[in-house]
Amino acid sequence: MPSEFLQGWLAGAIVASTPIFYAALGETLVERAGLINLGVEGTMLVGASVSFAVASVTGSTLLGLAAAVLAGGAFNLLLGPLVVARGANQLASGLALMFLGQGLSAYYGKPFVGTTVDGLAPLPVPGLASLPWLGPILFRQDALVYLTVPCALAVWGLLQRTSWGLHLRAVGEDRLVAYAAGSRTGLLRHQALFLGGTLAGLAGAHLSLAIAHTWTEGLTAGRGFIAVALVIFGAWNPLRVLPGALLFGGTLALQIQLQARGAQVSPFLLDMLPYLVTLAVLVQLRKASRGRMPEGLKEVFESSA
Amino acid sequence: MSRTKFALTLALTLATAGQAWADPKLVVGALHVGSIKDAGYNQASHEGLEQLKKNIPGLTLLEAENVPESADAERVMEQMINKGATIIIAQSFGYQDPALNVAAKHPKVTFLHASGFKLAPNFGTFWGNNFEAMYLAGIAAGAATQTGKLGFITAFPIPNILASINAFELGARTQNAKVTTTVTYNNAWVDPVKEAAAVNALADAGVDVVTMITDSPITIVKTAEARGIKSIGFHSDALAAFAPKGWLTGVAYTWGDLYTKLVKDIVAGTWRSGHVRGGIESGYLKLAAFGPSVTAETKARIAKAQADIIAGKLVIFRGPIKDNAGNLVIPEGKAGGIELLDSTNWLIEGVIGQAK
Repeated sequence: MPSEFLQGWLAGAIVASTPIFYAALGETLVERAGLINLGVEGTMLVGASVSFAVASVTGSTLLGLAAAVLAGGAFNLLLGPLVVARGANQLASGLALMFLGQGLSAYYGKPFVGTTVDGLAPLPVPGLASLPWLGPILFRQDALVYLTVPCALAVWGLLQRTSWGLHLRAVGEDRLVAYAAGSRTGLLRHQALFLGGTLAGLAGAHLSLAIAHTWTEGLTAGRGFIAVALVIFGAWNPLRVLPGALLFGGTLALQIQLQARGAQVSPFLLDMLPYLVTLAVLVQLRKASRGRMPEGLKEVFESSA
Repeated sequence: MSRTKFALTLALTLATAGQAWADPKLVVGALHVGSIKDAGYNQASHEGLEQLKKNIPGLTLLEAENVPESADAERVMEQMINKGATIIIAQSFGYQDPALNVAAKHPKVTFLHASGFKLAPNFGTFWGNNFEAMYLAGIAAGAATQTGKLGFITAFPIPNILASINAFELGARTQNAKVTTTVTYNNAWVDPVKEAAAVNALADAGVDVVTMITDSPITIVKTAEARGIKSIGFHSDALAAFAPKGWLTGVAYTWGDLYTKLVKDIVAGTWRSGHVRGGIESGYLKLAAFGPSVTAETKARIAKAQADIIAGKLVIFRGPIKDNAGNLVIPEGKAGGIELLDSTNWLIEGVIGQAK
């Protein structure tokens, strides 16, 4: 029984952590460029609704995913003229982006409410899927779950091992110095916004195409904000976002798993669990992550104080 | 969180309805907590309203979708009243206090609230007895389960849901004395992502028939089908299409006749504030069509139970009944009736879950 519980919990945790992982990975890129986008929730909703609409009209899950990636990237770019070109308050602009995403996805998603798509089905890995205990946890998931680790490595490599990444990080630390050194700071920041948006769009697509197989207004239910908190947990390091997402996904899955296994805990208390973990983790990591915050981000908070 | 959309929807609804204002027509405003195309609670309610419109020629209907259960609901109701609405149908439990606030300010407007327990002179409630239909659905579940484990996915532990869970377990137990029902709460009427997780967690725990009281059960029914387990729907019989193999039956609301009667009474001046409640005999709800795996024998048992309930021969909550903590909640010789819809705060033995 405890072993079955653990197995169900871990399998659920991996599913629940995948969308918040992609969204947080994208936001990490954005924040490494010295920007903060509080509108991840809105970008995820755009990705979720667009991917669902495209997949249900064309019948192609792959086209749906591609549309989510493009729509998410394009939607995040809306922040560019505001916060990059005109230096508008980033926190307010991000919230505006979130509301815009909620409104647009609800309005244009309306014809698709009450319909379903087959979407992303589990893709058992030949051979490994039948492993006795680990098989169902790790190797009977959908393709986007398998791509989490390669994506984390790719973003890490992009930031740490390419000259583009070096320039981007320089912009995030001090954009004036980067500018003086010849970096195209505006372009780099727009590129970070776009890439971050593509990942948030993918996160939304995972919710609608792989988990819910349907579209409803507000499908993300706050997961975009958990993703923003996760970036801090990950100390702006793409590789550390992965265990962070698992922790948060784990608490989301634990809520359901405990009830399904008949634990004697009030559902109201269980519902607080992810938020309690968020608080505990942020308090615990405050010191640890302080030195790792891109210097440029501090400007965001000082200018809006 | 859904403000933008409901504001847009409301604006569109009011704009299209606006042309008719010149005539002193009967205007009815209705608030939905979700989308009217959810193949669930709100769609069932919308279909009832469509029938009301057909039954009363000249009636103007103002519908607002995705209205949050908050002060936003008050503003929507105020706007509907500004547009001439003299009857407001508040179709979600959480509109209770917002609607009461607006009712206090507009004594000439009549408010009909779904499933609540509070009253005011111009504020009455209505509800179909979902626990009777859930008892019948429980018979289908008890006959279908191989593992003896049923799952019940819902939003919150509120009285009419707890009563339904209890009746579902009692119905199932008539077919299999050892059957258990495991309850999971999502703390949201609509959260398909959590609902999918709940189906998977229950299936992992050995549950092979799952039912629900959530607003849009599409994801649950579809996920259950993908997991190869059976499902019993709720709210609307449009759901069966999402589980061609695993569908057993469902509880479907059919509000049209009730809306028509209430509105006619209000117009005639014979309506009085009160709690209108009806069981399976009332036609407020029905059992949806059966799926392919339900045997003729099970169908006959359900039909007999339904006839016995209507004839008063079968009392679902007949004492002695113990809750799942071992307390005697209905003593020997006593029975629980329709009042349980508004008073149940316990889960019956055999149910695995928390009542608060």
